[in-house]
Amino acid sequence: MMQEGLDDGPDFLSEEDRGPRAVNVDLQTDATLQVDISDALSERDKVKFTVHTKSTLPNFKQNEFSVVRQHEEFIWLHDSFVENEEYAGYIIPPAPPRPDFDASREKLQKLGEGEGSMTKEEFTKMKQELEAEYLAIFKKTVAMHEVFLCRVAAHPVLRKDMNFHVFLEYNQDLSVRGKNKREKMEDFFKNVVKSADGVLVAGVKDVDDFFEHEKTFLLEYHNRVKDASSKSDRMIRSHKSAADDINRIASTLYTLGTQDSTDVCKFFLKVSELFEKTRKIEARVAADEDLKLADLLKYYLRESQAAKDLLYRRGRALVDYENANKALDKARAKNKDVLQAETSQQVCCQKFEKISESAKQELIDFKTRRVAAFRKNLVELAELELKHAKVIFYYTWLSISDSIKSVSQPAVIGSPIGWSTIGPVSSGFGRCRPSF
Amino acid sequence: MAAEMEPPPLGDAGQTDFREIEDGEGFFVSTVTILESPEPSSPDPPSMPAEGISTNGPKQEDISLDDDPEDLFAEATEEVSLDSPEREPILSDGPSPAITPVTPTAMLTPRMGLGTAEMFERSLDELEEDESGDTFDMHIAVSDPEKVGDGMNAYMGYKVTTKTSMTIFSKNETTVRRRFSDFLGLHSKLASRYLHIGYIVPPAPEKSIVGMTKVKVGKEDLSSAEFVEKRRSALERYLMRTVKHPILLKDPDVMMFLESSELPRAVSTQALSGAGILRMVNKAADAVNKMTIKMNESDAWFEEKHQQFENLDLQLRKLHASVECLVCHRKELSVNTASFAKSAAMLGNSEDHTALSRALSQLAEVEEKIDQLHQDQAYADFYLFSELLGDYVRLITAVKGVFDHRMKTWSKWQDTQLLLQKKREAESKLQFANKPDKLQQAQDEIKEEIEELEGKVQQGEKDFELISKTIRKEVSRFEKERVKDFKVVIIKYLESLVQTQQQLIKYWEAFLPEAKAIA
Repeated sequence: MMQEGLDDGPDFLSEEDRGPRAVNVDLQTDATLQVDISDALSERDKVKFTVHTKSTLPNFKQNEFSVVRQHEEFIWLHDSFVENEEYAGYIIPPAPPRPDFDASREKLQKLGEGEGSMTKEEFTKMKQELEAEYLAIFKKTVAMHEVFLCRVAAHPVLRKDMNFHVFLEYNQDLSVRGKNKREKMEDFFKNVVKSADGVLVAGVKDVDDFFEHEKTFLLEYHNRVKDASSKSDRMIRSHKSAADDINRIASTLYTLGTQDSTDVCKFFLKVSELFEKTRKIEARVAADEDLKLADLLKYYLRESQAAKDLLYRRGRALVDYENANKALDKARAKNKDVLQAETSQQVCCQKFEKISESAKQELIDFKTRRVAAFRKNLVELAELELKHAKVIFYYTWLSISDSIKSVSQPAVIGSPIGWSTIGPVSSGFGRCRPSF
Repeated sequence: MAAEMEPPPLGDAGQTDFREIEDGEGFFVSTVTILESPEPSSPDPPSMPAEGISTNGPKQEDISLDDDPEDLFAEATEEVSLDSPEREPILSDGPSPAITPVTPTAMLTPRMGLGTAEMFERSLDELEEDESGDTFDMHIAVSDPEKVGDGMNAYMGYKVTTKTSMTIFSKNETTVRRRFSDFLGLHSKLASRYLHIGYIVPPAPEKSIVGMTKVKVGKEDLSSAEFVEKRRSALERYLMRTVKHPILLKDPDVMMFLESSELPRAVSTQALSGAGILRMVNKAADAVNKMTIKMNESDAWFEEKHQQFENLDLQLRKLHASVECLVCHRKELSVNTASFAKSAAMLGNSEDHTALSRALSQLAEVEEKIDQLHQDQAYADFYLFSELLGDYVRLITAVKGVFDHRMKTWSKWQDTQLLLQKKREAESKLQFANKPDKLQQAQDEIKEEIEELEGKVQQGEKDFELISKTIRKEVSRFEKERVKDFKVVIIKYLESLVQTQQQLIKYWEAFLPEAKAIA
């Protein structure tokens, strides 16, 4: 529906499908567990995802099966990971953002209200634009949810989680309700405490250089990614507005061109056609930038937050360990409850060491994933930008030479300047093909 | 140096992904050929200016590298002196200086960029020469805006340079200094003399109290510099349009404006003067009259044209509004891209993987260059497209004014006819009156009046026919000019778009290997 047949680029659809893979490059894609979202349905204000699993693991009853899940169930799964002490030493894959069609719906509504003030063609065009936008947001949210599942499936430990298996297999409603007001308030307070604690914990200098470096790095990186993400969003929005303006210009030129059939009107029609083509491509450019750049930054904003959370948990464990040490010393000094203090110290020590060990690997993996994802996306971004620029260049160029053709008359073409013939020319450059 | 006409910047990337679009392959080949063929070895004189300007390409590059608005003025004078006498001016050169920031930023293929621009302008020049068939050879440049005086009495003085080979002018090249009110004064004189007999007098640029106040107060910021440039460009276009009109060109006031060093101060152009208020009253009166006159249009041509201009007016206004939006959004895009570039640079700094860090810094650089590109494109959008549309919206108002004058002439004629009829009736009534001694005197009086009125009626009819004829001529000239103007400007605008894309291609091509190099 979006392919008007004039562009040769990959289908909007397939680009989107490549999306999730690009944002997160899986380190282990093996056949023992493959998860994807094969279908999605948008109802009023809910989106229903069809989660499709292919697995050779013995834990599942079948080798291939599908269930329908909603956003809240993904959040439930994510939260269950976060709350599980066993996973304290891993970067928990960030939860997918809530599907948000509000902005798009508002625009569609505004369009409906303003229907009277524009011509039929304009209205149809804008409606198509908005529908495409809606579809794009829809595809994005599907991709985000899919990435989450794939990350979990690729993680050597998380993929074995019971809740995850239930999520994948249980084909009835999980009866997960969204958090009610009280729970949301609890969460809010928990977060406040956590960030205060986080500041305290972060202040403790780490003996381990690796973690100390990671702490500083992640803090700064996270903030910068946040900034870059919001700036890229703004840039892309401006780009979209400019493309919309070109759309209107194209329409008005078209009207001017159809007012009568003089020479200049044919000219207007041609220019209108060109603008129509270029604005479609400019809209594509904005969409591609959105996919390859903005989404990438948004994703790594969330992932870097998850990494920070891991560091916080480790920091917390370290503080607990050190406190337990101090308590043990005190107990030994007083010779009271020594055994209790010893066990408690042992527990803290084990916990801390367990987290440290896996955290190190996780952070290294994070870096590898990040570099690979950035590489892939930046390369694809550059290639797409290049391709689109070439296409716009080509069309505009064609249009100019067309216009020159219509402007110059036979008398002029014969002039001795040597470059008036706009047609096959027998010069030595016949072999010169567009070497794009 | 200018000999190296580089091939189109189509890069070395494989031809593969372009194959699908090559429906006009043979066509494209020849357009490529066009660029290649004007080799410097060709002895044709027209290629020399292209060379000449190409060699100046690098120079222009240097100037525009900083690319602040003040340089637009520097380039304006530069543009004037570069002109070779053979070069036919198309429109005003107003838009061109604004373009040159775009053109020379095609750093790696400057000759290419300029070459194409020259090429297109050249073939259009030929076209105009052939079409008009006369030797209109005149070039007016408005440049060097300088603030004269201080405080609220300050004003901007502009240098007006006229270059011509026409014999009606005493010198081949004249330079005078004028201020904005001088231009307005010229327009008001021409309007009062020619509008009511059907000539389309190009409207002068609009007054702007806000803009001028900022300049007067001495704010040396970007917006006041932009305002001055916008005005300078508008004044240049205004003068060129005025002198293109064969009748207006010969007007003594126009000649005096262009040639004499001192001009009496045109006080009646001030908005709050007595003359200004009188103008406003007249405008209101005209509007009322227009509503009451119902013309019996016997000529379908006028009916049709009137409708046409109404439609054109509507669409042009709409288009103008959309283009202004586009200018605004492009400026916004430029700003946002710049801020993203900074942000990406920061991100690159904090990234601890060296290759990725370098790639991100490169991305930041690319985006920074792109933001400059967007800004330049916004200038082109504005100076080429938007200003043209604005000019034409005002011109069409002038055209509609001329149509209105015709109506007024007709109405005057009809009124005189009615009066004549009344007098004739009075005369015949007299013949049946009963006072013989007064009769003769009254009859004589009425006969005199009737003769006078008959003369007036004849004059009125002649006036009406004359204005109709003039309008027909004027409209056809206007249409021709309009077609030329639009085509030329839109093609120039398309060229600016092409150049932007060329640059984009260059930047992304340079970035791609960096991105691929991330290990």
